[in-house]
Amino acid sequence: MYNGGKIILGLIVFLAFATFPFYYNIGKVNAKPELKTDTPAIQEWVQKYGKKECIESKEVMRPEHMQILNNWRDSVVRNGDRIYVSSSGKSFSMSLQNTCMNCHSNKKKFCDECHNYMAVTPYCWTCHIAPKENTL
Amino acid sequence: MLDKALSGSKRYWTWIFILLAVIGVAFLTYLKQFNEGLGISGMSRDVSWGLYIGQFTFLVGVAASAVMLVIPYYLHDFKKFGKIVILGEFLAISAVIMCVLFIFVDMGQPMRITNVILYPTLNSVMFWDSVVLMGYLVLNLVIGWTTLGAERKGVKPPQWVKPLIYLSVPWAVSIHTVTAFLYAGVPGRHFWLTAVMAPRFLASAFAGGPALLILLALLVRKFTKFDPGTEPIQALAKIVTYAMFANVFLLGMEFFTAFYSNIPGHMHPFHYLYAGVDGHNKLVPLMWVSSIFAITSLALLVFPGIRKNEKILAFACAILFISLWIDKGFGLVIGGFVPNMFEGITEYWPTLPEAIITSGVWAIGLLVLTVLYKVAISVRETA
Amino acid sequence: MSINRRQFLKLVGVSTVAGIGGTAVFNGLRNSGLEAAQTSPDPRSLNGKRWGFVVDVSKLKSDEDYKKCIDACHSIHNVPDMSGLPEEIRIRQEVKWIWKDNFERTFPTAPEAEYQNSELKEKNFFLFCNHCAQPACVRVCPTKATFKRKDGIVMQDMHRCIGCRFCMAACPYGARSFNWRDPRGKDDNGQPFIKEENKEFPTRMIGVVEKCTLCYERLAIGKIPACVEVSGGAIVFGDLEDPNSEVRKILAEKYTIRRKPELGTQPSIYYVIGGGEHAG
Repeated sequence: MYNGGKIILGLIVFLAFATFPFYYNIGKVNAKPELKTDTPAIQEWVQKYGKKECIESKEVMRPEHMQILNNWRDSVVRNGDRIYVSSSGKSFSMSLQNTCMNCHSNKKKFCDECHNYMAVTPYCWTCHIAPKENTL
Repeated sequence: MLDKALSGSKRYWTWIFILLAVIGVAFLTYLKQFNEGLGISGMSRDVSWGLYIGQFTFLVGVAASAVMLVIPYYLHDFKKFGKIVILGEFLAISAVIMCVLFIFVDMGQPMRITNVILYPTLNSVMFWDSVVLMGYLVLNLVIGWTTLGAERKGVKPPQWVKPLIYLSVPWAVSIHTVTAFLYAGVPGRHFWLTAVMAPRFLASAFAGGPALLILLALLVRKFTKFDPGTEPIQALAKIVTYAMFANVFLLGMEFFTAFYSNIPGHMHPFHYLYAGVDGHNKLVPLMWVSSIFAITSLALLVFPGIRKNEKILAFACAILFISLWIDKGFGLVIGGFVPNMFEGITEYWPTLPEAIITSGVWAIGLLVLTVLYKVAISVRETA
Repeated sequence: MSINRRQFLKLVGVSTVAGIGGTAVFNGLRNSGLEAAQTSPDPRSLNGKRWGFVVDVSKLKSDEDYKKCIDACHSIHNVPDMSGLPEEIRIRQEVKWIWKDNFERTFPTAPEAEYQNSELKEKNFFLFCNHCAQPACVRVCPTKATFKRKDGIVMQDMHRCIGCRFCMAACPYGARSFNWRDPRGKDDNGQPFIKEENKEFPTRMIGVVEKCTLCYERLAIGKIPACVEVSGGAIVFGDLEDPNSEVRKILAEKYTIRRKPELGTQPSIYYVIGGGEHAG
């Protein structure tokens, strides 16, 4: 073929770039994320209501929590509505810092577990103040 | 046709690599700005737009100036412009790309730029500015590439290009009018709140753009086998002369309104720019250079005998371009912010990182221009 | 089927753009909103049609009185304090939601102060966002990151702001500040700009515009704005469209002016002006 040398070389360079994430991470097996939900606030909730529950079920929250947060953002900032009635009928104040992180005050052992595993860096925390955790 | 840009003389490649080097350094500086914030520029709470937006404003004018070739050639069959219309259209493409880049480097959150498309706000002039600029870029790309491609094949351009060309005429006027609206519709900034902002923008665009085009045409003649001819250049020079007269006249009108009305708010920006206020006079030398260059260039251009001398014409065009670059690319923006909304003075001067990033964007524009011109000239040379 | 290289490349290009573009559009249109029944305002929230202030600076005597209001606002909103920076940088990059300045700078287009009584000339006034009824900043924002709420507050959506600063050019009152650097950063001595974070309110990030938002988060739970609370009656808060509100009562009794009224922005902040024994 014309310019065969250049084409083969180009293909090799391309393959090197495209497969980089795979061979770079060989040997760096990350442990499966283990989420801890034993914060003081959650324990209080369990005492009061008898079970652990978030605003929605785990099956809903895991895939949809970012979407829910976006909707909360628009509701609070743009519409001025602050109260959220969950599908179990309970009312919550729509606030990442004051509601979500109130229960999940162990960001490192909860939020970051999955986010680090998936190499996701949500930039919410550049503005929303993450709970300071004890390093005990 | 793009492959024509991949083969060139040693001089060509040296120029490309110099541009790439400038772009590289500027890109690294931009990363610093991205991380540390726009605070590494000279902008401030009082002067919240600076060199970047000034350059954007100036380059929208250069982009619009392609219409000064399109109107005579396509609407009035002025055949003399036949060989250089493509140079005007390609200059427009390069200028619009620079405009977009200057907006990008000026944004505090550039990663959110899609918000302008996701949440269109019809009452915002800035939204419309982005719409018309993008449209103009697409128009010129399609028109320029299609007409050049047809010329390369030795045939007439396809019929569907004609309506696009006609559309590009009012569109060119609109991009600069809308950009003027960014300034002229804002209450409270006396230097900008004037009905002649858009006319003055257009006049200075139609002077500065063709002036640059004359210089580029002379450069092209010097460095390549393509000769645009003396008559098109003389015709362009006449356009430059008339447009510059209009621009200087309108500037004079601004001075009159400000000083004859004696309204302090109107006079203060002029005082600051041309005389300094309370010892704050950073911009005074620059503004006077701009004025002197403007008058000198007009003095040289107004006499046909002098205008015919291409060396003097080149000099006149160069100082005219510099004069407009200072006036529109710098003085205009600063004059709106100084004095500030409390009639106090916070001065502005670009910092080194700001200047490097600005040079980088110019280098990108010149790179695009070089590549496009190389393609156009190669097509001409082999035709 | 014979297809030449050029047509093939064009086909690939168009398919890629259509594929990516189509997916993006499809995802964007996916029904992702909350149902209307799920959200509602807090029952404690204060409701009004046009919130405004009446500022009576005769009630502010010492520098401390001014500082109380400014500190109340800036501390609960995590406004970065840049006073640790060198002066020429601080002037350029400071962020302020409320501040004080003299008559001439608060009202640059007001009646000439040359022969006004000297007490008024030297008196300091509070400056903040005027929450105009016809705000120029809202008109120019390309993404509606700044918008006018039904209760009159000119609000700022930090999530949407692209940092173009058109609003700063449009505001005739210099009410807006830009984050020229990271507000969570430190000055050259290692001092953080935000000395004590209010954990119940976010900070802002680099590259967005911010300003007074009339304590919307306090109004939502039934509290009055922070500066009003500590002003000792110098700042009176109320609904300008409610003829029985305290602000309307004061406006009916006293002579008040607004900043740059000739520009048509219709500010909602009124300043009580007196002469002689009323001034100062």
